[in-house]
Amino acid sequence: MRIWASKPCGGKKAEMADHPYDAPFEHLLRELAPQVLGAVARRFRDFSSAEDAVQEAMISAFTQWPQKGVPDNPRGWLIQVACRRMTDQVRSEIARRERETVVAAEAESLPPTLEIEADMDPDDTLILLFMCCHPALTPSSAIALTLRAVGGLTTAEIANAFLVPEATMAQRISRAKQTIKDSGVPFRLPAPHERTERLPAVLHVLYLIFSEGYASSIGSHLQRLDLAREAIRLTRSTKTLLADNPEVAGLLALMLLTDARRRARTGPDEELIPLDKQDRALWDRAEISEGIELLTAALSRASVGLYQLQAAIAAVHDEAERVENTDWPQILALYELLKQVAPSPMVTLNHAIAAAMVHGPAKGLELLRALDSDPRIARHYRLDAVRAHLFEKMGDHEAAIKHYRIAAARTTSLPERNYLITQAARLAGN
Amino acid sequence: MKYILMMTGKKSDFEGYASWSKADLQANVSFMRAFSKELKDSGVFVSTEGLGWPSEAKLVRAGKNGEPITDGVFPESKEFLAGYWIIDVESPDQAYEVAARASQAPGPGGKPANMPIEVRPVLSGHADLGL
Repeated sequence: MRIWASKPCGGKKAEMADHPYDAPFEHLLRELAPQVLGAVARRFRDFSSAEDAVQEAMISAFTQWPQKGVPDNPRGWLIQVACRRMTDQVRSEIARRERETVVAAEAESLPPTLEIEADMDPDDTLILLFMCCHPALTPSSAIALTLRAVGGLTTAEIANAFLVPEATMAQRISRAKQTIKDSGVPFRLPAPHERTERLPAVLHVLYLIFSEGYASSIGSHLQRLDLAREAIRLTRSTKTLLADNPEVAGLLALMLLTDARRRARTGPDEELIPLDKQDRALWDRAEISEGIELLTAALSRASVGLYQLQAAIAAVHDEAERVENTDWPQILALYELLKQVAPSPMVTLNHAIAAAMVHGPAKGLELLRALDSDPRIARHYRLDAVRAHLFEKMGDHEAAIKHYRIAAARTTSLPERNYLITQAARLAGN
Repeated sequence: MKYILMMTGKKSDFEGYASWSKADLQANVSFMRAFSKELKDSGVFVSTEGLGWPSEAKLVRAGKNGEPITDGVFPESKEFLAGYWIIDVESPDQAYEVAARASQAPGPGGKPANMPIEVRPVLSGHADLGL
């Protein structure tokens, strides 16, 4: 229905959001970005400026390649443009402060681009990943920096994905780079023992990118950049770099096994559909088989970690063709393991759900009581949502309605709130 | 010119909303979704946000040393913002038309609730030279 007349003045933003994603060389640029950045950062020993220079080279590619075509050696082209930017910067620095003889020597001794390119090291991407997921950064900074430096996304794209203004995201990225600069991390791969220590932070950042994308991949947000897919892509390339690490494979499996349910989790009105009500025919079989294959290989190798266990739980759900066939005793056993490997209030909550499915809702409610005194979750909407669900199963509708409404008031997601008040309304029978 | 369209209600209105029937809730949610789409399709949409309910609201003041002092007690008569749309239109009248459409969101029983929508100009960062 058209109820007003107007020139399309609100359409500018959408065009900008559409622009770079569908370029035919988008995939190529994303793959090359961390390689080019690694080469330039290692050469100039200045991550922060190299990052800016590579972004400018990417933007040049976006504007020039559509007209002139993709160059024969796109990587060399990008390195050359980025190095030119760096050199210009160094020269203007020299002009300003002539006493900086070290910088001057650096500029004079610049090798030709081809030499830099021959010097490329596949570990550069890994160094970048460890650098961007540095423990000194807040999660939101680490995410933004990883998407830009490793993912090769522009600031505008990242801002669009998180629904914040571009200036805000630019500031977040520049502060993150400053933090890294201040921390004095050298541009090299962490020593093996340090790498093991730092890997969980890297995996956590990838996991957060995925969750953000998965949680927000609902209808009206479809024009946002698909962060879930981006996280899968980044984890895939991390897996090729750390091929023998079962937790990286476990994380990739977890993402695939979760993403497989994407089409089934919202209805025609964008309403949320919980796992037990989903049309399982809509699940993506290819993603499920790939996830299960990855997981099987990972589990046969070494100690079982947090992501492999969560992937295993997702796999048990995905393997049930009908909800009644879900192997709850196995899920319960996996949560018991997870409680030992990586205890957290969310794990306790999910463990209680599994226990309720095996031993009845009263058992679940009993286990939930332990969480009331845990400030990390006591006021979280999920605790009330689960309680409501278990009270409903017990037939105590009054308590269920009360907890559905408390959960609705506490959730920060509009689709969740709509789902929860609708559940209360259904039980109230009006 | 930009306008903000604000939907407000008393605490009791929010509590009432949480007790609507399933059909009424669904009708309301579908309407809001379709309304946002209309705004986008006609090129006037700038932004929209829905807010958490008043039960989650806190009033914050700075204490002696700048520390936050929070208070969650509000007078019964207080109106709370439920959510807003910002639109970019040609004239105030056009903004009022859009607001009237929002006001027709279905209430209990599926009938248009005709709730009041507060419409106010959003100031821009530059002077309008009328060119």
